[in-house]
Amino acid sequence: MSELTINPGVEIRNAELELRHFHARLAVASAFVLLVFALLGARFFYLQIVRHGELSTLAEANRIAILPVAPNRGIIVDRNGIVLAHNYSAYTLEIRPQDVANIDRLVDEVSTVVEIGPRDRRRFKRLLEESKAVGSLPIRTRLTDEEIARFAAHRYRFPQVEINARPFRQYPQGEIFSHVVGHIGRINQRELDRLEADGRLANYRGTDYIGKTGIEQRYEGYLHGITGVENVEVDSGGRAVRTLSRTPAVSGSNVALTLDSRLQDVAYRAFGERRGALVAIEPSTGGVLALVSKPGFDPNLFVDGIDPQSWNELNHSPDRPLLNRALAGTYPPGSTFKPYMALAALSLGKRTPQQTINDPGYFFFGGRQFRDSHEGGHGVVDLYKSIVKSSDTYYYMLANDLGIDAIARFVSRFGFGSRTGIDLSGEALGVLPSPEWKMRRFKQKWYPGETISIGIGQGYNSYTPLQLAVAIAAIANDGVVPRPHVVDYIEDSRTRERLPVAPAPARTLGLKAEHLAAVKAALVGVTREGTGRIAFQGAEYMSAGKTGTAQVIGIKQGEKYVEREVAERFRDHSLYVAYAPADRPTIALAVIVENAGFGSRAAAPIARIVLDFYLLGKLPAPPKPAKVRANASRR
Amino acid sequence: MHPAVRRIPRLVTRHVDGLLLGLVLVLMVVGLFVLYSASNASAARVTAQSVNLLVALAVLWVFANIPPHYLLRLAAPLYVAGVLTLLGVALFGDVVHGARRWLDFGVTRIQPSELMKIAVPLALAWYLHRHEATLRLTNFVVATVMLIVPVALIARQPDLGTALLIAASGFFVLFLAGLSWRIMAGAVLAGLAAAPLVWSLLHDYQRQRVLTLIDPAQDPLGAGYHTIQSTIALGSGGWTGKGWLAGTQTHLDFIPERTTDFIFAVYAEEFGFAGNLVLLALLLLVIARGLFIAANAPTLFGRLLAGAITLTFFTYAVVNLGMVSGILPVVGIPLPLISYGGTALVSICLGFGILMSISTHKRLIQT
Repeated sequence: MSELTINPGVEIRNAELELRHFHARLAVASAFVLLVFALLGARFFYLQIVRHGELSTLAEANRIAILPVAPNRGIIVDRNGIVLAHNYSAYTLEIRPQDVANIDRLVDEVSTVVEIGPRDRRRFKRLLEESKAVGSLPIRTRLTDEEIARFAAHRYRFPQVEINARPFRQYPQGEIFSHVVGHIGRINQRELDRLEADGRLANYRGTDYIGKTGIEQRYEGYLHGITGVENVEVDSGGRAVRTLSRTPAVSGSNVALTLDSRLQDVAYRAFGERRGALVAIEPSTGGVLALVSKPGFDPNLFVDGIDPQSWNELNHSPDRPLLNRALAGTYPPGSTFKPYMALAALSLGKRTPQQTINDPGYFFFGGRQFRDSHEGGHGVVDLYKSIVKSSDTYYYMLANDLGIDAIARFVSRFGFGSRTGIDLSGEALGVLPSPEWKMRRFKQKWYPGETISIGIGQGYNSYTPLQLAVAIAAIANDGVVPRPHVVDYIEDSRTRERLPVAPAPARTLGLKAEHLAAVKAALVGVTREGTGRIAFQGAEYMSAGKTGTAQVIGIKQGEKYVEREVAERFRDHSLYVAYAPADRPTIALAVIVENAGFGSRAAAPIARIVLDFYLLGKLPAPPKPAKVRANASRR
Repeated sequence: MHPAVRRIPRLVTRHVDGLLLGLVLVLMVVGLFVLYSASNASAARVTAQSVNLLVALAVLWVFANIPPHYLLRLAAPLYVAGVLTLLGVALFGDVVHGARRWLDFGVTRIQPSELMKIAVPLALAWYLHRHEATLRLTNFVVATVMLIVPVALIARQPDLGTALLIAASGFFVLFLAGLSWRIMAGAVLAGLAAAPLVWSLLHDYQRQRVLTLIDPAQDPLGAGYHTIQSTIALGSGGWTGKGWLAGTQTHLDFIPERTTDFIFAVYAEEFGFAGNLVLLALLLLVIARGLFIAANAPTLFGRLLAGAITLTFFTYAVVNLGMVSGILPVVGIPLPLISYGGTALVSICLGFGILMSISTHKRLIQT
């Protein structure tokens, strides 16, 4: 020690003192280590010697295996009790991969007995890669009776292969409900870890499936049920011989939606081959009546593991069928934004209903010309006419007078640019433009010129169809913004007790009755003498609506938009928002048809079909070439 | 033979502590045998684990050859980097399985809490070593803060198990440096007083684990199942066990995670009480050797670090054995050197490498 220390005497003594202290501490630590090991030894002695007899009897009788009993998943029905998701039982051929050295060879051998197609193989491969570590995986599902018999005769050859009766999920309505109802799929490692973190893993012993999207995912906690426990006696080979006791599983709760499946069906078909989305809401409750996203996909493909080929097709299709456009797609609202602008103008005292402007067909600001889509303009325009004829100039001026801050603050209360809080996952925020937003997003300041096109729902404006539907429902509802929800109630499988899902309205806007009346009158005017006139010709009810056309690409100054010259995917989106009956609305909706041009041409006729069916029970006439096409005015 | 060539074996073994290495190797081999049985004679598992063992031994050798004063220099930057990444995780981390533990660097994701297992004792030993001549209460306060910051960040992730282990390793440094008994007693009392508060802060699943420990039957499909089955496995082993490859609990699939966290249940069932005593003795010898190295280390840094590494190893072993034999809660901590898995093995062997470095670099160090 001393040769290491070059310091003078005092510190040497200190160092030695410290070393002595350290050794004392080490001694204490050693004593502690010995004590703990002695305790462990004592525990081992207690278990292995004292309780040996008792515990080895238990081990002998371990034979008693505790098996989970998977619960039946709750079913999903629409508001009229029509089944949207249910279970049926079928036989599957399953392999326990952890016991098999060469899976491919085993599959080859099994395929000599029961047919295993290339699709089955690909799907099995995929399952193998992403499934939880233990348990058996299906190589073939839905065996026929003959296949079962054939395999039973050869069973002795394949100890690692078994036939099991399994519940399968089925979605009888297929692609029409693909986005709302969603689908289940096999539990993957991520979900497994998630379950473990939540302490729900024990309840999933014996369950192979979990809700992946839509209602199936959001209401997983209700649909799944409680796993039961079965004590079975097993022989020395681990096979169950008889059941000793059981705590039965509790089936998952059934989920009833506010959706009307026939309305959903009508709405989905109304789109034809077009892409787009439709959201229909009951304004007073926020219950969603229809939620369509076109194109859809067949959710049944996902149930027992989708094969990679189908997956790639869905995932890479330019039509993006997996995207739920209704709540994850965002679109500029176009002229459907004007009613909110009008309400802002009235509420903030910038306009009166009678005040008029002159619309020459353009608006000059900052040396730039903002054109009205109606060539030559609409002449003298008051608030009513500004909505009915959809004057752009009126709203260019208004946006300039209000200023971006006031616009953003006012319309945000309708839910634009924030999540509506619907009980489905994956809702997009959209973009409610404001100087703060632009600074956050682009690190740039706001230019006054950018405010102008905000007034007609263009510019950075971008909202989900769901937000548009909630906003128009808020007008229908006289300023009470509903909170949309897809589920009506959850029914306990045992007690049949119904737990209603009725969220309170998001907020009340406190709009003045006369302001609302002015805008509502104009919205009715749209369907009688305005841009929605042709689509709603001869309707047996009074409806209120607003057309919209949203630019997909910017058009340069002095350039004209000629539809023929624009590639299909860059054509304008067609929008329509509506509610009906106008005096006492029972339905409010937003429709967007991608790249379909004027709002009056594609979106409004779909709204008409949906309203006709919902209010009158009238089915759409068999498809005929759309006559509405001629004469359609823009916006 | 060229003299340089003749020196190669000496160069390879110069910084290896033969006794410690021998004990580690014996435990590793025992582990492979148990793994073979636990995995139902899976050669693939044993091969994979052998690869893990080789990697771990390489890490051990590399660290044995790094002189302690390099580690001394590395301590502070490593600690700071660790705390910063923990902060990064808290602010921008990926939420995986509901816990925020990973930091995505684009190329790779790292789990900083793993790094802190070695960085914390290293930093504390470095700090106390720097103030060696004038250690007083303020130094201990600073060191405690240095410990609490990363522990709190990790506990928030939430990763209570790792947080507690790191807290323990840091505490060992403080304890060996001579933290006053009175303060420790005060801390224990304060801890007891704060217990109700801590209980209210725990996540539901963490409470469940504690409750399940008290009454395993409460949760027969979840954590309680593990305890019930591993207790039966242990108890049915008796004096000498059922023999290698003959454990019924094991081979009838009753023991969950039997190659990883619960591998000791397999061992105890097949080798009985006698086997357990042998295992305890082997572990005790490893710990004794570690403490011996600590006692003879030439610098305070070496002493504290060696002591803390050894006692941390002890803690891992005890927590695992206690968990499998049903006297500690089920936390996911493997049995060091025995359980299947690479990460824990490498960090344990890294610690042993440092131990060997401390024991074999004596002459080269100036205080």
